[in-house]
Amino acid sequence: MSIIRYEQTQGKSLGFYALVAGLGAFILAALGSVYFMEHNGHHVTGMSNRIVWGMPHVFALFLIVAASGALNIASIASVFNKKVYKPLSRLSGLVALALLAGGLMVLVLDLGRPDRLIVAMTEYNFNSIFAWNIILYNGFFVIVGVYLWMMFERRMNKYSRSVGIAAFTWRLILTTGTGSIFGFLVARQAYDAVIMAPMFVIMSFAFGLAFFILVLMASYKWTARPLGDATVNRLSNLLGVFVAAVLYFVAVYHLGNLYLAENSGVENFILLDGGIYTKLFWYGQIILGSLVPLALLYSPATKGNRSMLGLASVLIILGGLIQLYVIIIGGQAYPMELFPGKEILEGYGTIASYTPTLPELMLGLGGVAVAIIAITYLVKFLPFLPESLADDVVDPHHKK
Amino acid sequence: MEKTINRRDFIKTTTATTAGVATLATGITLTTFVNANENPVTNEKRWGMLIDTNRLTETDIDGMVGACQKEHGWGSDKLSTGDQKASWIKKLKVKDTATGRISNLALMCQHCEEPPCVDVCPTNASMKREDGIVLVDKHLCIGCRYCMMACPYEARSFVHEELTDQKEHMPRGKGTVESCTMCVHKVDKGEQPACVASVNSDAVIFGDLYDSSSKINQTLKKVQSTQIRADLNLNTAVRYSGI
Repeated sequence: MSIIRYEQTQGKSLGFYALVAGLGAFILAALGSVYFMEHNGHHVTGMSNRIVWGMPHVFALFLIVAASGALNIASIASVFNKKVYKPLSRLSGLVALALLAGGLMVLVLDLGRPDRLIVAMTEYNFNSIFAWNIILYNGFFVIVGVYLWMMFERRMNKYSRSVGIAAFTWRLILTTGTGSIFGFLVARQAYDAVIMAPMFVIMSFAFGLAFFILVLMASYKWTARPLGDATVNRLSNLLGVFVAAVLYFVAVYHLGNLYLAENSGVENFILLDGGIYTKLFWYGQIILGSLVPLALLYSPATKGNRSMLGLASVLIILGGLIQLYVIIIGGQAYPMELFPGKEILEGYGTIASYTPTLPELMLGLGGVAVAIIAITYLVKFLPFLPESLADDVVDPHHKK
Repeated sequence: MEKTINRRDFIKTTTATTAGVATLATGITLTTFVNANENPVTNEKRWGMLIDTNRLTETDIDGMVGACQKEHGWGSDKLSTGDQKASWIKKLKVKDTATGRISNLALMCQHCEEPPCVDVCPTNASMKREDGIVLVDKHLCIGCRYCMMACPYEARSFVHEELTDQKEHMPRGKGTVESCTMCVHKVDKGEQPACVASVNSDAVIFGDLYDSSSKINQTLKKVQSTQIRADLNLNTAVRYSGI
């Protein structure tokens, strides 16, 4: 590998300012939505005492999960010593931090009392997986920040591998923690499953990489820097493997649940007769978000085509949001089994309804916009992106 | 070896002092304090309730819900709709799928000995008193609603709108979570919870589960009772007979 030279983007073009303005508009809309929801109270949202976590949580958890996954590229380079990924490591760290910041913003701004963030930072219940997640998120910022420093500062380069291993371990624990937010809810039929934790880890691989690929391709295209097939095709293959792995975990999760008679109700609900949730599961998560992208990534007609890779990545992100919607909202909509062997005629036991409102959606999209705007500005101020990722730069032995 | 001050004395003194300071400082205490010298909260008591669904009529349950609303000032939400409305206690009608037998019961916070809401709360706002009453500290609650996700009984409500005309003994706040307090402010004064007092028969009995001379303890020894979701091993303080 020849020496990689990193350089800031110019960030002076009309396109740059148009992008920033567009993202700024989304962020303003999100802040306006937060003001509206917090000022009036959550009655203006679709959320209720039965669907307590709604659209904001779908976006927040997606972004947090994707954040840890986006760090994988750096991990593959430093932990598993794959040299081809090395030039991408800085961007990988940046995307990870930006996504986490976006996700946490959404999560915090949807709290009933976001003004009490200081309480969440100072009062810890160490029995709570949620409190552990707060520590894990803060630690992620610190550890990835240090990791980036090791990569940027030449005299620190020698430590980047050890810090990289620490960051990789931390991110695995972090996503395990995020999955366990649901896995530890013993009372809810849809969640009480240890497999939630590893499933979230695999989901993070796929969602984070899809987002990373989009950022990479867009930034190289918009700054007219060379980006070779050696890099892109490797990422594309990896993405396919991750999507297939998510499918495998989803299958095991549902088959495992079906085996237990107590969970057959909620399984029927999600897989067969849950109305919108069943449709979202099959058409959204499975077909649109998994099978179509797999076909695009592997079929000879579309393989190696950048636009198709971009489309597949967009579909994987949409499928991921839908998957979290089905898990979070669908899992709450189905009533808990209070009286096994009995039917509740009145007072409880119906399917809870939820219609997301515009402010909730705007808050979620605002989190995505925050992540992208952070990336856009930081690549302008710091040399995150290699000047060239042409094949002969990345891999001199690459055969055309 | 004799200790000069033991833990209980220390808690007694500090609680009384804190209560005093809070009262002096603000004029109103936002947290319910017991009269520490006469009646300290200890784990030697465990407050509980036994609901006999054979004797509890639908009118009784409506009365319980109404008494709770009146006591704590919930139920007059102006803007919240459907499931957004506060609901500290609900009436449930349950049919046995095999026999068709119908039971009516009141469902509220079950005041678990191992409360999942307390386990998951990131800020310790959900807490259990020594005497087993599960409460939310409204000053620490950040409104994350994880306790509502964890509660097996969906017994908690989130305040979805601005509130006015609140009861002095029950501060409620937009953006925080609330639930049945077992009328801790009355229990600490030696009174019965409002819902229990509203029922004119022995269909609902309240008392100290540990006290072998209490009516609830003696009745539980005699009759067959059950806990809702007993499979979760939460050891609830609210027990039911007849279902």
